[in-house]
Amino acid sequence: MRPALPLPRQAVRRRAKGQSAWVRLTLIGLALAFAALLLVLPLVTVFIEAFRGGLGKYISSLSERDALRAIGLTLTVISIVVPLNTLFGIAAAWAIAKYKFPGRSLLISLIELPLAVSPVISGLVFVLLFGRQGFLGPWLADHDLKIIFALPGIVLATAFVTFSYVARELTPVMQAQGQEEEEAALTLGANGLQIFWRVTLPGIKWGLLYGIIMCNARAMGEFGAVAVVSGHIRGLTTTVPLYVEMLYNEYNTVAAFASSSLLALLALVTLVLKSVLGRKKGAL
Amino acid sequence: MVTAPTRTRKIAARGSILPGFGLSLGFSLLYLSLLVLIPLGALVLKSAHLSPGEFWAVVSSPRVVASLQLSFGAAAIASLINVPFGLLLAWVLVRYDFPGKRLVDALIDLPFALPTAVAGITLTTLLAKNGWIGSLLEPIGIKVAYTQLGVGVALVFIGIPFVVRTVQPVLEELGHEVEEAALTLGASGWQTFQRVVFPLLIPALITGFSLAFARTIGEYGSVVFISGNLPFKTEIAPLLIVTKLQQFDYAGAAAIGVTMLAISLVLLLAINLVQARVARRLGE
Repeated sequence: MRPALPLPRQAVRRRAKGQSAWVRLTLIGLALAFAALLLVLPLVTVFIEAFRGGLGKYISSLSERDALRAIGLTLTVISIVVPLNTLFGIAAAWAIAKYKFPGRSLLISLIELPLAVSPVISGLVFVLLFGRQGFLGPWLADHDLKIIFALPGIVLATAFVTFSYVARELTPVMQAQGQEEEEAALTLGANGLQIFWRVTLPGIKWGLLYGIIMCNARAMGEFGAVAVVSGHIRGLTTTVPLYVEMLYNEYNTVAAFASSSLLALLALVTLVLKSVLGRKKGAL
Repeated sequence: MVTAPTRTRKIAARGSILPGFGLSLGFSLLYLSLLVLIPLGALVLKSAHLSPGEFWAVVSSPRVVASLQLSFGAAAIASLINVPFGLLLAWVLVRYDFPGKRLVDALIDLPFALPTAVAGITLTTLLAKNGWIGSLLEPIGIKVAYTQLGVGVALVFIGIPFVVRTVQPVLEELGHEVEEAALTLGASGWQTFQRVVFPLLIPALITGFSLAFARTIGEYGSVVFISGNLPFKTEIAPLLIVTKLQQFDYAGAAAIGVTMLAISLVLLLAINLVQARVARRLGE
């Protein structure tokens, strides 16, 4: 049933537009003010504070030995954590998207579980396992192995926190992809690895890259979980975020913001990549 | 040996002929167990070292109760604040065109991408009484840094992308047809929004709230710098866990961790049930 005299479509649009011109401007203004205050201002502040002492001070505080070591440690951690979680993400998404099996939805929930765990608890669990008074602590001490207050602990805590990122991003992409093409490849005699490289991967590459970038962003910036397991040994177990904290607590604000600006720069790169990949992913 | 008929039956049960089921699921489960399930199990086990009486004494001590109230209360309030602002941002980004729209859209994810420690020291610098914003608020008697208000501001910052990114796709999918129908029938712009569009967004708003809530309950890095960490006033539960760990009170730390985790999982489950119910009613 149509209403007696429906307005033509364009007339409706025009009326809606005419009525809400001021509404539109008010809403845009409010949204931009909120975004400027909450997002733009902090971002700008990082760089202003970082260059407060001039370019020379900026460069010298970033080329300190401890700063370089912190950067090195962060790079080491992400180069271990991101590939591991990517491998897991691909395996989990493949199992969830391509097959039906009992406990499938439980598995999905468990994969998202770390997202609901406080970063501090994500570090705590590894201290309880491997710390000096932890379950495996005495055994580790007897064998002269160090996990807590050392690189392995930082890697484990970071991996826990970023555990879900790739799997969560990839599962819906693989589900949307379906499996007809892969089944056709199988019929034509391709083996599992060939199917993955030649058929699956080209279809999921943007989604995969998107997940990896988000995983990487969180991994390089993780603070709470790493703070618990690191022990804050200067130049040895301080990642860049921990180094920032250390400098800030020593009232070395300019140096703290100089290191922060590196992380903020990487965050900006992440945002650009995310925005570009989001569009590519959406276009597929 | 798998005989042909059992193999067919197995394939039918899994819904796919693609290879790699055992490998992908096996690896996923192994990795999930080693990195997430066993460590979380250790948390529960460690807290069980306390007798029920001791456990209760830890988690019901006034300082712990105050910190849990702050963590959950501030997360709930901040996430509630993010619902209207997240809706506003999503609405403006989906419905209107304005210069710089893509930039604002990309910036929404800044809190995801910017390391929490950087966010923490930046917000503190801005809101401290000699900071850009703090110095404006100080004369009118508003103190943000080192108060509970500061904790709230940090959590609003952390939570905002969750609401925007949940509502945005739903608004995009909604299209203009329903609204145009309402307008054709003579409804005003506000009536259309209130009676037609808003109800359709409620499930997404609840999901966005729960995602922001889940993330902000345990938030540490952005909060510890701005909160001032005064026991009973601005001390969040994750910080108390760190304090207990530094005193080598592993069981006490585990008890607070288990309590936090249990409360958040119950709350998130309840929110999910409400969300599912609202969504189902909408579908009818």
